Amino acid sequence: MSGLVVIGASYAGVQVALSARDAGYAEPVTVVGEEKSLPYQRPPLSKDFLLNEVREPQLILRDDAFFKSNRIDLVLGQRAVEIDRQAKQVALAGGARLDFDSLVIATGSRARRILVPGAELDGICYLRSLTDACDLKGRLEQANEIVVVGGGFIGLEVAASAAKLGNKVTVIEAASRLLERAVSTIVSRFLLDAHARAGVDVRLGETVVAMTGHDGRIAEVVLGSGTRLRADLVVVGIGVIANDELASTAGLKCCNGIVVNEHGSTEVPGIYAAGDCANHYNRFADEWIRMESVQHAQDQGRVAGLAIAGSHERYDSVPRFWSDQYDLKLQIVGLSGRSDQVVTRGSVEDGRFSVFHYRQGRLVAADSINRPGDQMVARRLIAAGISPAPEQAGDCSLDIKSLLKADEKTVA
Amino acid sequence: MTWKHICAATELPEGEPVGFKIGDQRIALYKIDDEIFATDDVCSHAFALLSTGFLEGHLVECPLHGAMFDVRDGRCRSGAYKDVRAFKVEIRDREVYVHLDGGPASEDVRDNVTDATP
Ligand SMILES: Cc1cc2nc3c(=O)[nH]c(=O)nc-3n(C[C@H](O)[C@H](O)[C@H](O)COP(=O)(O)OP(=O)(O)OC[C@H]3O[C@@H](n4cnc5c(N)ncnc54)[C@H](O)[C@@H]3O)c2cc1C
Ligand code: FES
Repeated sequence: MSGLVVIGASYAGVQVALSARDAGYAEPVTVVGEEKSLPYQRPPLSKDFLLNEVREPQLILRDDAFFKSNRIDLVLGQRAVEIDRQAKQVALAGGARLDFDSLVIATGSRARRILVPGAELDGICYLRSLTDACDLKGRLEQANEIVVVGGGFIGLEVAASAAKLGNKVTVIEAASRLLERAVSTIVSRFLLDAHARAGVDVRLGETVVAMTGHDGRIAEVVLGSGTRLRADLVVVGIGVIANDELASTAGLKCCNGIVVNEHGSTEVPGIYAAGDCANHYNRFADEWIRMESVQHAQDQGRVAGLAIAGSHERYDSVPRFWSDQYDLKLQIVGLSGRSDQVVTRGSVEDGRFSVFHYRQGRLVAADSINRPGDQMVARRLIAAGISPAPEQAGDCSLDIKSLLKADEKTVA
Repeated sequence: MTWKHICAATELPEGEPVGFKIGDQRIALYKIDDEIFATDDVCSHAFALLSTGFLEGHLVECPLHGAMFDVRDGRCRSGAYKDVRAFKVEIRDREVYVHLDGGPASEDVRDNVTDATP
């Protein structure tokens, strides 16, 4: 029995299987996942799940019946250990071998470990999986003084959740502002204020050089400046590493992720990759990148699934990301790196605004706080290459949707 | 099992979703090429109203995390989110009626036809 085999049962892997079926793929479809639970939502793990506002069953993407009715075989709690390209087989840790005609690697990424003396102490946590989240939730209930290493999305979300739970929280960020590579300075400052208001102590331009403990348990975090912070729990959120070892060992080209084309295909016919583990050329970024978002995993998974079913569509989605901290809904569309002009729409004081980013007169991205409507329009503008004049984008008296009907001349 | 009067067909703008509240049930109506469709208004994912989303062809996009639903059958285009319910729509004398089947919110409705509030 061959057909389609997918390694990794999360956003990308599930979407591949589903899109292949939607496009009429009739052969067997098997999705292998190392985690035991049904595929689940990762984003709430740092947000509502830690706050007990969402529980495990609500995290499940789709129930068993859904997979059955789509004839998708889930093989859960099993790790794929080898891809044999010649025999067209995937070997599982338990010894089983699965034959495939088409293979998709959707193995995602894992948390980057911190490499400082003391990093092995008990009480130093990472957050990637449901298991990690359950462990962290338990520890948060016991903890009082928490140090979060990394002021990225996960670090800030965990900090917000921990502060809401009443803990004393300090965030250590090496850069001079929060989310430096992802958002405008206006949004960075806004978030810094929001965390300060919630009592979170954010230390910018600081690094962690060591951790010390008592009886094997974390006790102090030592910063580059020499400052020592007491801590009974440390959460490290310093980025992720692509799970591309299975692919590289099988001789597939990898360079910060598995290299794929606009259909999610590797250079080897019949072998695809999608999601956090894949690296592709993105026209909105104008470079090769490895993206880490639910949108990306789903949309790239979709084109891979379609291609496997013989229906080719190019991956051409405008990158999107969201993050929830306190009652703030941060949304980002496009990639703002290298932008040279920004304009704000709405009111920063009221906590409802968007920042539109331009590069050489071209709209490239928008970051919004509590303005989802702007995001939907910005995505369409960026996708269509329409760049409204910055004065228009910033003018709240203009209906944002009217920008979509912008003068033909502004179409790049 | 009730047909509920919602609004006049002419009140619905082409291509723009509109949300209504019927008791504590929320539904979204969509007019596409003069045809009217109805679904749950609350997204199957977290709390966002599809009526504040964007309609493109027969797909409505949730404003929060971008789930896309086909307004004809409520089916979510992505594997990550569950489907929403789609309801039958009838136009009688240019008035829009929606068949709210099985929803818990429709049980407390006494009349066969009730008016909705936008
Ligand atoms: C706490 C947290 C919060 C986040 N918040 C947001 C957010 O707000 N918005 C957003 O857009 N994104 C967010 N993300 C990122 C988003 O979750 C990821 O981009 C997304 O999960 C990527 O999906 P994926 O399918 O590519 O990989 P993953 O979700 O990483 O899944 C890969 C799966 O493959 C399995 N696997 C790996 N190797 C093997 C093997 N050899 N054999 C079998 N199985 C294997 C893994 O166990 C895993 O289940 C968040 C991530 C985390 C951890
Ligand atoms: S609330 Fe609709 S996609 Fe998340």
